[in-house]
Order: sequence, then C-alpha cells, then structure tokens
Amino acid sequence: MGAIIQYVQSYLSSDKTPGAAGNMFWALVYIMLVFGGLSVAVIAMNWLERKILAHMQVRLGPMRVGPHGLLQPIADAIKLLLKEDIMPAEADGFVFWMAPLIVVLAAFTVFVVVPFGTTHAITDMNIGILFMLGVSSLSVLGIVMAGWASNSHYPLMGALRSSAQMVSYEVAMGLAVVSAILMTSLNATGTGTLSMIGIVQAQQAQHEWFIFKFFPLGLIAFFIFAVAMVAETNRAPFDLAEAESELTAGFHTEYSGFRWSLFFLAEYSAMIAVSSIAVTLWLGGWLRPFPNMLNGNPWDQIFSFVPGVTFLFFAAICFYNTVRMPKHPLFRIQTIGLAGFGAVLGLIGVILFVPAVSTRIQDIFWFSAKVAGFMYLYIWYRGTFPRYRFDQLMQMGWKVLLPLGLGVLILTASVALLQQKLWHP
Amino acid sequence: MTDPHTTLSPLELESHDKTYLDANELVINMGPQHPATHGVLRVILRLDGEKVLGLECVIGYLHRGVEKIGEHRTYTMFNPYVDRMDYVAAVSNGLGYCETVEKLLNVEAPPRAQHVRVILTELNRIASHQLWLGTHALDIGAITPLFYTFRDREEILKIYEKYCGARLTTHAFRIGGLQYETYTGFEKEVKNFLTFFRPKIDEYEELLTTNRIWVERTKNVGTISAQHCIALGVTGPVLRASGVKWDLRKAQPYANYKNFDFEIPTGQNGDTYDRYLVRMAEMRQSVRIIQQAVDALPEGPIMAKVPKVMKPPAGEVYHSIEAPKGELGYFIVSDGSTQPYRVRVRPPSFVNLQALDVMCRGQLVADVIAVIGTLDIVLGEVDR
Amino acid sequence: MAPVATPFFFYLLAGIMLIGGILVITRKNPVHSALALIVTLLSQASIYLMLYAPFVAGVQIILYAGGIMVLFLFVIMLVSIERSMKERQLNSQWVAGIIAATALGGLFIAVYMKGTSILPDHALSVVEDNNTQEVAKLLYGQYMFAFEIASLLLLVAIIGAVVMAKKRI
Repeated sequence: MGAIIQYVQSYLSSDKTPGAAGNMFWALVYIMLVFGGLSVAVIAMNWLERKILAHMQVRLGPMRVGPHGLLQPIADAIKLLLKEDIMPAEADGFVFWMAPLIVVLAAFTVFVVVPFGTTHAITDMNIGILFMLGVSSLSVLGIVMAGWASNSHYPLMGALRSSAQMVSYEVAMGLAVVSAILMTSLNATGTGTLSMIGIVQAQQAQHEWFIFKFFPLGLIAFFIFAVAMVAETNRAPFDLAEAESELTAGFHTEYSGFRWSLFFLAEYSAMIAVSSIAVTLWLGGWLRPFPNMLNGNPWDQIFSFVPGVTFLFFAAICFYNTVRMPKHPLFRIQTIGLAGFGAVLGLIGVILFVPAVSTRIQDIFWFSAKVAGFMYLYIWYRGTFPRYRFDQLMQMGWKVLLPLGLGVLILTASVALLQQKLWHP
Repeated sequence: MTDPHTTLSPLELESHDKTYLDANELVINMGPQHPATHGVLRVILRLDGEKVLGLECVIGYLHRGVEKIGEHRTYTMFNPYVDRMDYVAAVSNGLGYCETVEKLLNVEAPPRAQHVRVILTELNRIASHQLWLGTHALDIGAITPLFYTFRDREEILKIYEKYCGARLTTHAFRIGGLQYETYTGFEKEVKNFLTFFRPKIDEYEELLTTNRIWVERTKNVGTISAQHCIALGVTGPVLRASGVKWDLRKAQPYANYKNFDFEIPTGQNGDTYDRYLVRMAEMRQSVRIIQQAVDALPEGPIMAKVPKVMKPPAGEVYHSIEAPKGELGYFIVSDGSTQPYRVRVRPPSFVNLQALDVMCRGQLVADVIAVIGTLDIVLGEVDR
Repeated sequence: MAPVATPFFFYLLAGIMLIGGILVITRKNPVHSALALIVTLLSQASIYLMLYAPFVAGVQIILYAGGIMVLFLFVIMLVSIERSMKERQLNSQWVAGIIAATALGGLFIAVYMKGTSILPDHALSVVEDNNTQEVAKLLYGQYMFAFEIASLLLLVAIIGAVVMAKKRI
C-alpha cells in the first residue's frame, strides 16, 4: 500500500511529463483529463458554432432546449444515438464500419503530445511535431475508405476530392512547420528540436514568439499554416466536398446516426488539433502574453488573475441574461437552469483565484484561450466567405501556398544563418 | 464561341480528339428537386470530366395553365392570376397587365395613380433584387448575406401589407388606376425606408464586391456577349451587363417614368460579376426614383373612368414593361366580349433561360449553379 | 527511456506484420489488401520505434501510410473493381514464384546461420534523444550527394507523370 502511494507521489515533484517520467498511473490520469476535456470542448464547439454563426446572421440560434440552447448539443447527441443505423445495400460492411473508426482514432491520438504546460502533456516525444503531422494525415485514409464503402458515385467523388485537397494542403502545412522548426535552432548549440514542449521552451528562451520572429517571415509562415489548416480540416471556405448546393454531396452522405456523429466529432477534434499546432509553433504555446516586456511582480500578479476574471465575466453574462429572461411560468425552469449555470461558472472563477490552483492552471488557461481564439476564427470564416471552387482550391494550394512556403523557408534559413554568423561568430 | 444564328441542337457537341483517356463523357441530371435550381428546374448536363459540353433545360414542372385560364375570366378577374407568375416581383406583373388592358381600353391612369404605381413597382424591384442577392450568394457559399437581405426586405413587405393587405402576391393595381388610397403615413414610411435602406446596399457590397473569393467565383464565369444576348432575345440586367444600354423605362417609357431622372447601369464583360454589379447599381437607382416620386406625389383621383363591365373593342395589343428580371410583355387579343380571346405573356425568365446553354459551355460544373443564380429566373414565370 | 516488455511487443508487432502481409496477398478485394498493407506499415513503424529510430518511424507514418497508401487507394478505387475481384487467386507463373521464394529464403537462412559475424565490430551507438539531429547531420553532411540525386529522381518522376497525363501542354 505504501509502495503504491509512493509510486503515485513520486511523480508530483518531477519536472517531466508522465510519459517521459515513465509513470503509468499519472499518464492514465492525464489521458483521461485530456480526452475528457476534448469531449467537453467538442460539445461546447457545437453549441458555440450554432450560436455565433446565428448571431453573425442576425438570428438567435437554438434558444429552446435549455436556457439559450445550452442543452442543444446533448439533445443532438441523444437524437443521433437513437437514429436507425443504415448501411447501403451493396456497401462493403467491414470498410464501411472501419472508416469512421480510423478518422476518429487519427483525430484523437494526436492529442497525446499536445502540450498544455511544461509538464502538462501526456508525453513528450522527441519527434512530437512529426508525430502530430503524421497521425493527422492518417485521417485521409479514413475519408477515402468512407467514400468508397458507400458504393455510390457521388460520395466516392466527394471523398476523392476531399482527400486530394487534404493531401495537397499537407505539403504547404509541412513547409510552414519546417520554417518554425528552423527557428528553434537559433540557440547556443545550434541544435533545434522537434518536441512540442521543446519548441515552446525555445520561444521562451529566445524571448520572442515565432510569429514575430524575423518579421515578416514568421508572420507569413503563420499565415500559410493558418490557411492550410482550414483547408486540411475541410472547413469553409474550402468545404466544397461537403456543401449541399453542389453536385457531389460529400463522403459522409450514406452515414447516419452514430457513425455520422463520429465523423463530426473527428472534424472538430482535428480543428482543435491543428489549432494546437499553430498555437504551439507560432503563438508561444502556454506562455502568457508579454512575458518579457511586462515582467516582474505586479504584472505577474495581474496576469495570474486573468483566468479567474474570465470565468467571472462569463458568470456575469449568465446572470445578466437570467435577469432578462421572460417572466412567464413556462420559463421558470430555464431561468433557474441559467442561474445555476452562471453560479457554476462563478464558482470556477472564484476557485481560480486561489493561488495554489492559479499557479498550476496558468499554462493550461493561456493555451486553451489561444486555441479558443482559433475556433472563433474558424466560425467567423464560415459565416463570411463564399466557397472556393475545387480547381481554384487546388490552384491555391499548389501554385500559391507552396511557392510561398518554399520562399519563406529559404529566406528564414538565410536570415538565421546570417544571424548566427554575424552575432555569434 | 458558337455562331448564335445557327440553330443549336442542345446536345450537339464539338468533336474533340478522341484519345484513350477521353472515355470521360457522362450525362448528369440536376433536379428537378435540387437546392440550387431556384424552383423545379431540371437541367441535363453533358460533361467531359469537369467541363460542361452542353446542357438542356427541361421545364414545365410548374405549369398551371395561366394563359388558358385567362381565356375564361373577365379582365378584372384575371388580375390576381398574373401575380402568381413571377411571385417574387408580383407588383411588376400587375403593372404590366393593367397597363396593357388600359392600352386596349384606351384609358390612362390619373397622375397620382401613376406616381404611386411607380413607387410600389420600384420598391418591388428592390425586393426582387434583394431576394436574388441572398439566394445567389447562398449558392456560391456565402451564407450570411441571405439573412441580411431578407431582414431588410421585410420593411418593403410591411409597406405592401399596410397598403393592400398582402406581402407577396399583392394584387396592388386595378385596371384604370388603384383601388385603395394610400394609407396615412405612407409617404413618411417610404421616406424612412429609403433612409434605412441606403446604407444597407453598402453593407451588402462590403461583404461581397471586393471579397477575393467572390470575385474569383464570379469573374469570367458565364460570359455572354452582346450579340448573343440580342440574338437570343435576352433582356434585363443580363443584357445590360453585356454592354447594351437598353432599358424599357427609358427606351419605351410607361407609367410616367419620363418625369424621373435616373441612370441605366451597364457592364462590360457580360460575366457574373458584371451582372452582380449591375443589379446592385439598379437598386441604388431605384432608391433615387422612389425618392423623387415620393417627394413629388400629386393630389388627385386614383381611378380613371373605366366601365364596370369591361368590353374592350376587338383588337390586339402588345405592351411590355421593364420587370426586375427583364422585359415582361403581355399580348392580349380581344374579340369584343368581356373575356379576352387570348392572353399571352412574354416572361423574361423564360427567354433568359435559353441563354443558359450558351453561358455554360466550357465552364466547370460548379459554375453552372452560379450561372443559374445569376440569370435570376423564377420558375413560376418560366412555366406559367 | 527504459524499454518495457521488449520480447512481448516484438513478437506481437512481428506477428501483426506477418499476418498483414499474408492478408495482402490472399484477399480478393484489392481495397482489403491495401488496408492490410496499411496495418503492416504501421506495425513496421512501431518496430522502428523499438529500434530507437523515432524519426524513421514518424516519416514512415507520414509518407508511407499517409501518402503513398492514399495514392494506392485512389488508383484502386478509380479502376473498376468487379473485374479484378473475378480474377483467379493463384498466379499462373508459380514456377518463377517458387524459384524466387527459394532464393530469398536461402538468403535469409544463410544470414541467420552466419550470425552476428557479418555485422560490424563496434556496438551500435543508440542515439534516441537526438535521433533526428543525428540523422540530419549524416543526411546533409556525409550523404548530401545521394540525397540530392534522390530528390532529382523524384522530380523527373513528377515531370514524367504530368507530361503523360496532360492532353495538351
């Protein structure tokens, strides 16, 4: 018994991730936390997308199921689970069953190396970024299989188009990533790193987020990645493969009920995963804004209050809307529900003020806030832009982003070499 | 481009070198139920891979026999039927029919009635273009302008509802003038609408006109030259975007459009982008006309001296107006009785739809939907 | 990092690879064969991980499983499947097949008999932490010329494919 407690406690003073420290118990705990958080994030994304898109379109979005539609994702989940599971007649059963599985596995396994803090990752592989890019490219296989297994002309065309698009933009993504990795090698030993935690620590050591490094090269590389990641996840304006008003209706036409929800889950997870890559590589990962310009005691305190203040702000919005709810007996349950939700958020906000929690939660909060910013950008793009035609899409991937990525890579390498030669001869 | 003066058999294709890799031609059917064909339109496409080699439209799914019905109703009874043809721009249909019968009866509506007619018709033009913009943008993938245009269209429909009781199929005009006097506050509400609406056009333009993706999707897509337009009989914004400055409100003025000062916007290339710009400019010109009309609304009677039982002298008349979609013409043959002998409608969408084949040859499949949207067809009018 | 249960994982992954390989050649449906090949390639990547070569494992997943197999699947799906499913499973060139298999098997047995004496003397320097950096030093230092020749070869292949596919330049 004592040995078990000692085993559990031996990790707490470590400065490595559970995977790197070899501690299986804590690795499992972290796995459950990360995937639990991911599931909550996907559910929240569903609600947020419908509400934010609706507000951009001068309408309200779901308002009935739960106060302000907060329980809508749960209602959707229940509906999808209870739907009839249809398989097309001539479809290949095994492949039909495997396709959503592969896509979900690829989208979820990526989160093993995503760093929420210096030690807050499930593990820290020394090929972290390579692993993320590789496993997310496995989801293309699932999409191709889904299109083929439906045994119908339109899903097959949609799947082939979708996968051609994803493979093309992976090239541009890779080049942008290489530019950022190059910047990690600008240290005394001249050795860079592929590990996700190492990349953020390199940004910390160089006192500059890579998006601002060698201005405008870091910015252009970030921009290339930002565009390529939207195309990679088949979202607007690159969502021709799943749009309803086109001739081909997309690879998940024949999927219904729970299988369809797996694709949809995988799409949101992939969005969060590529956003995590962008945040880690260019936006300083878990580092708080202005760690060097505004450093020192008063600023550290102020920034440590931000998580608590954010949740209290959300709680205040909930209470304000509770007061604005119609005063009709039919609305009583919704009003109480919204007030309760606001109370929960307020409680979390208050807990986040406690120093013991606040120091541990800082990194996770800043990382999540930056990823949340990217999610808002995704929804904003969907509401604003028309759709690219497929040949224009491919043209952009190969003729615009690829040469731009190569140019940025060559320029970054040259500037880095010059800097090493001139300042550290 | 193909010679417009020869008869184009719909699926006759240019022969190209048949190599081993050319086994790609397929015939695809779009519709009649399709989210993007604006009604029940069936389009049969012949494709070479992604390129359209030719297409054929199959129509008639919404045919209700309106013209046949016209032979068995009196002139006044037929008036509500014309609203249902182009149900988006019902007021214009009514204006065309009433003016044709007035021409047959040789009466003229009093000046006040003509002023109010112009106000309501131009409001209708704005409403029709707003619906066109929302659905066209939706087809191309921009899902937000639809909600903006429909929200602003509500103001126009509120004015119609207050005036004649209906939002869509208004039956606003009568043969010889108007039935209802304008309600109290009509001018104030129209002026408020104009103040409200002017910045809205800028809002729509801000979302789309300089948006790189919109420009790439619409520039050089569905181009049609001026000679093709004239040869096929295409009218309306499609003709004007190809560079021909032809608008019936200026060329053959009706309903006191002579008294108003406005411009005819034209384009140069005749592609989808130019048609978009022309319609946006037309909305601004309509605002200008309405402002002038409502500022100078005269007093007076609203109905001319028209017999209760209308028996126009035997004869035939053709009269056309500039509906939002093009030249809307009515050809009425009277044999002296209370019911017309023949009512023939020349719907602009029907004639414009014939240009779809010419516009889509050589384009990609994804552009066919954009071109159908830019033609601004309403199947109620095409099929009657 | 200390390895965990090496024999168990090795036999498990090797078994999966063998089963996947056998499924590739015995399945009638070419899509099933492609999927079995993907399983084989992924277990091969895991064996690379066990050999302390994480970089090669990552590249194997990205390029082989995520790129080349996608291309395989594209081609398989665009070509009609019914005809290939009706083909006979056993090849008519079984004589040549047996000769080739015997030759290869003989080679394996010879290597196994010779044992470790055909391998170099010094112990393998296991570089796991800086694996990528060491591979990069070798690839861009000592073997630079071969690297460039290989990329030139790929360029020629791409140009050839584009020329063959386009009808008119």
